[in-house]
This record gives sequence, structure tokens and C-alpha cells, in this order.
Amino acid sequence: MTDVAWIDAALTSARPQALGALLRYFRNLDTAEEAFQNACLRALKTWPQNGPPRDAAAWLIMVGRNVAIDDIRRGAKQQPLPEDDHAISDLDDAESELAERLDGSHYRDDILRLLFICCHPQLPATQQIALALRIVSGLTVKQIARAFLVSDAAMEQRITRAKTAVAKANVPFETPGAPERSERLAAVAAMLYLIFNEGYSASGDSIDLRSPLCEEAIRLGRLLLKLFPAEPEIMGLAALMLLQYARSAARFDANGALVLLDDQDRTLWNGKMIAEGLALIDKAMRHRRTGAYQIQAAIAALHARAAKPEDTDWAQIELLYGSLDILQPSPVITLNRSVAVSKVRGPEAALEMIAPLAAKLSNYFHFFGVQGAYLMQLGRNDEARESFNRAIALANTSAEADHIRMHLDRLQRDSKPNNAKAAK
Amino acid sequence: MLYAILCYHDEAVVGGWSKDEDDAVMAKLAVVHGKLAQQGRLGPVARLLPTTAATTLRKDEPPVVLDGPFAETKEQLLGFYVVEAENLDGALEIAQELGRANPGGAYEIRPIGVFHGAFQS
Repeated sequence: MTDVAWIDAALTSARPQALGALLRYFRNLDTAEEAFQNACLRALKTWPQNGPPRDAAAWLIMVGRNVAIDDIRRGAKQQPLPEDDHAISDLDDAESELAERLDGSHYRDDILRLLFICCHPQLPATQQIALALRIVSGLTVKQIARAFLVSDAAMEQRITRAKTAVAKANVPFETPGAPERSERLAAVAAMLYLIFNEGYSASGDSIDLRSPLCEEAIRLGRLLLKLFPAEPEIMGLAALMLLQYARSAARFDANGALVLLDDQDRTLWNGKMIAEGLALIDKAMRHRRTGAYQIQAAIAALHARAAKPEDTDWAQIELLYGSLDILQPSPVITLNRSVAVSKVRGPEAALEMIAPLAAKLSNYFHFFGVQGAYLMQLGRNDEARESFNRAIALANTSAEADHIRMHLDRLQRDSKPNNAKAAK
Repeated sequence: MLYAILCYHDEAVVGGWSKDEDDAVMAKLAVVHGKLAQQGRLGPVARLLPTTAATTLRKDEPPVVLDGPFAETKEQLLGFYVVEAENLDGALEIAQELGRANPGGAYEIRPIGVFHGAFQS
């Protein structure tokens, strides 16, 4: 790796810890970001000559603090200095001491806080994600705008608005108590999964632009796991993301059309990610403290373990969806459960299961897609066609619509008197 | 004399390699492995899963199972086993048994991602 590439990687991986500590110190996001930015500029200047410091995050925190305090002193004299100013004056050999202190529990809460301020409940989901990618991951506005398929100006505005809301929100800077910490952890986990899904729900041409979001969510998930190594739901979340992302190379064909799980070329699945995901879910299960991420990861694990689609343990998957439906009742989960039911007990039973969902999911693409598929399996072609037409009208992406059209084409072929099937 | 060569690197860096980058490194290593194997000088080779997948058994009295890798600096790496088990519980059972025979210190239990080479008796 060249010098610059190495430095870039080191700065990225030190960013959450360094920025989190600077935020605790300055209690202002803009000041902290600027301090971190300045520290990075110095790193680019001095690291190639002097070699990398032993602890990049500690170096960045120290330098960032010094530069920012100099700026404050030089500039607006009326602006008060942070209170524990005494720690800053003699910093020449303080790096090792600082690194020692950072090793403690402090930086864990720093990083958690940094992530937590991005998921303020008043921020809509899209703003939370954009803010986290900007602040925690350090992506540029341009990079984020591209991933969200919006203009730079629109994204800039979205992030500015989110930052204003966060600044007003008054996030507490004291070390959180245990219940507060676990609340923050749950909010942060939900946000990471949002980031992941933003990337994972991409399709067609946008897949290359958006899959970095999945990778970033996985990177932050692993980071969270290192900070909180004994939390089964964090293990579950990391496992879930790894097991889903492992399939990404097989999810779309050469034309960008969606390939269903049953039809995917399983040799394209990423074995390294699957192994890691399976190990994490195995580890999580030992705690016997179930949770939604763990159950979803366990479902993904059963798919990952099946070398061929027909090896899939659908009965177990149905049970897991059943538990998930009790833990987090939702018509979408019932809909997913019905897919397992159709495999175990047939399409008739599956249709019966989703019948009560019709009112709640009347605007949901997948409901009509799944309903159409069951009807088609039962040979109720006219009804199937009707469901597929409604699905197309509700499709969110062209890949989704194309996929349903494929079913419609098949129905069309099957209903012609001289089709291949009838000739047999 | 047999030697163990222990591999250290920043797992955030290695874990961040794309599949292509990873495959390229593994392919280059495979050439070296092949040469050594032909000379009959290569024993088992293992690539461990990341430390986030690790569990540690502190062989205190009573023994304690902790999530995460072995993180102390007081003790040194003195040896290792490669064992086969159904799942983590099974591996921990084996470690507990070994620990009863040799208390003190700790075992870090880490799943193996890639393994080449046969067991020798």
C-alpha cells in the first residue's frame, strides 16, 4: 500500500474514536469536525516523514485539540475555552498517557454518543442515515448524494438541516448509565440497519453506487461489536448484515434483473462473510436472550447453510418467523412467514395466512407479488394476473416491475392453447 | 525443528479488502504454500475469523466464559490446538476439559475460516 492509501485507511478507521473524543471535549459538532479535519491535514503532512504514530486516534485527538484551542485563542477572544484546559498545555510526551486513558471505557461512550446524536428521534430516517455517513463515516457530501441518487445541493441541505436539529437537541455529555447506554445502543443498531437497507434495497444500475452503504454499515457494526462484545443483539445485527450482503453478487443478473433466492447461483455467495455471520449467530445464541436481529440472522443463516434451495430447512424458518411475529407483530413479517408456509404446507395454506393482511398491505408491492405467485401455483390464473397487475402498479423500482412482468409473460404463455406444457 | 508462524495484521484493513483483493492475496499465498507442500515442509494452515467472532475462557476457579478475544498483555501465547466441534458450545466443552487438566491462564476460542493440511498423529 502506498503511504497515502495507508494514511487514508488509518484516518478512516480512527475517525469515530477521534471525532467522538473531540465532540466530548468541545461539545459542539462543528468545532469537533473542524478540529478533526485540521488534525488530518497535519497527519498527511507529518506521517509520511515521521512514520505513523503508534495510536493514530490518540494522535489525532491531541493534535485536533491543540489546533482548535489555538484557533479559539487567536480568533474570538470572547469565546470561552473548554473547562479542563489544563490538560492541553504540555502535550509533547502526553501521547502515551492519553492513549492509556483512551483504552478505558471513555472512548466506548464517545463513539456511541457520536452515533447516537445522528439518530435523534426528531430526524427522519433519511436524515439520520445521511448525517451518520457524513459525521461518523466521513463520506463527502458528493459521495452520499450519489448513494442516495440526489443532487449534491439537495444532500448538502439535508445534512445542514439535520445538523441544526442535532445542535438544538441537547445531547447529554455525561457518561451514560446502564439503561441509557442500552437505549442508545438499540437506537444506533436500528440506524445501522437503516444504512444497510438503504444500500441493500438498491437495484439495477444503482447497485454499484449504493453497495458501499452496506459495506459501511457492516464496518460500523463490527466496530460496535468490538465496543460491546457481550451484546447478543449486536452480534445478531452484524451476523444479519453479513449473511445478507454475502448474497449480493448473486442477487441480480447481467441485465440488472432481480434473481430470487431459489434461483440464485449459490457459488457466487461470499463464503468468508457467511462463515463470519454463522460464527456470530452461534455466539449470540449462547446468551439465550432472543431478539429481532438474532431471529432474522438465524433465518438468513438457514438459507446460507443450504447448498441447494431444496436443502433449505423451511419448517425451522417458519418457526423463526412465528417467534419474530410474536416479538414484533407486523403484517410484513406474517407475509414473509407465509412464504415458508407455502414451502412446508403448500400455497393454499399460505393464501389463507395472508388473507387477513389484504387491508393493511393494500399499498404494498410485495403483498400482491406474493399473492399472485401463490394463485399462479394453484392454477388460478385470472386472479393471479389481477394480483400481478396491482403489484406492477405499486413497484418501487423497475427491477421489481420487470420481475412481475416475467410472471405475467409466463401466465400468458401458459394460457395459450398450444403452449409447450399442454403439448406434453 | 517445527516452527509456528503466527500472522498479525490490522483486521480492519484485511476485513476491508474486496473479494477480488482478498482472492488476489490468497492466490499469491497459494503459490508459496504449493512450493512448501511439495517439499513436504508445510503443516496445517489456518485463517482465523475476525476477533469479533472470538470467545475467551478464563481458566480461573471457577472458569469464566467471556465474549471477545483474549485482551490481556500479562500472559503470552504459548501454544494452540485445532479441534473439530459441532458449534461454539462444543468447542467450549473441549476447552473446559483441557482447562481442568491445565488450570490458569486462558484459552481464546476462534472459529477457523479457511483450513488446509491434514492432522498428523
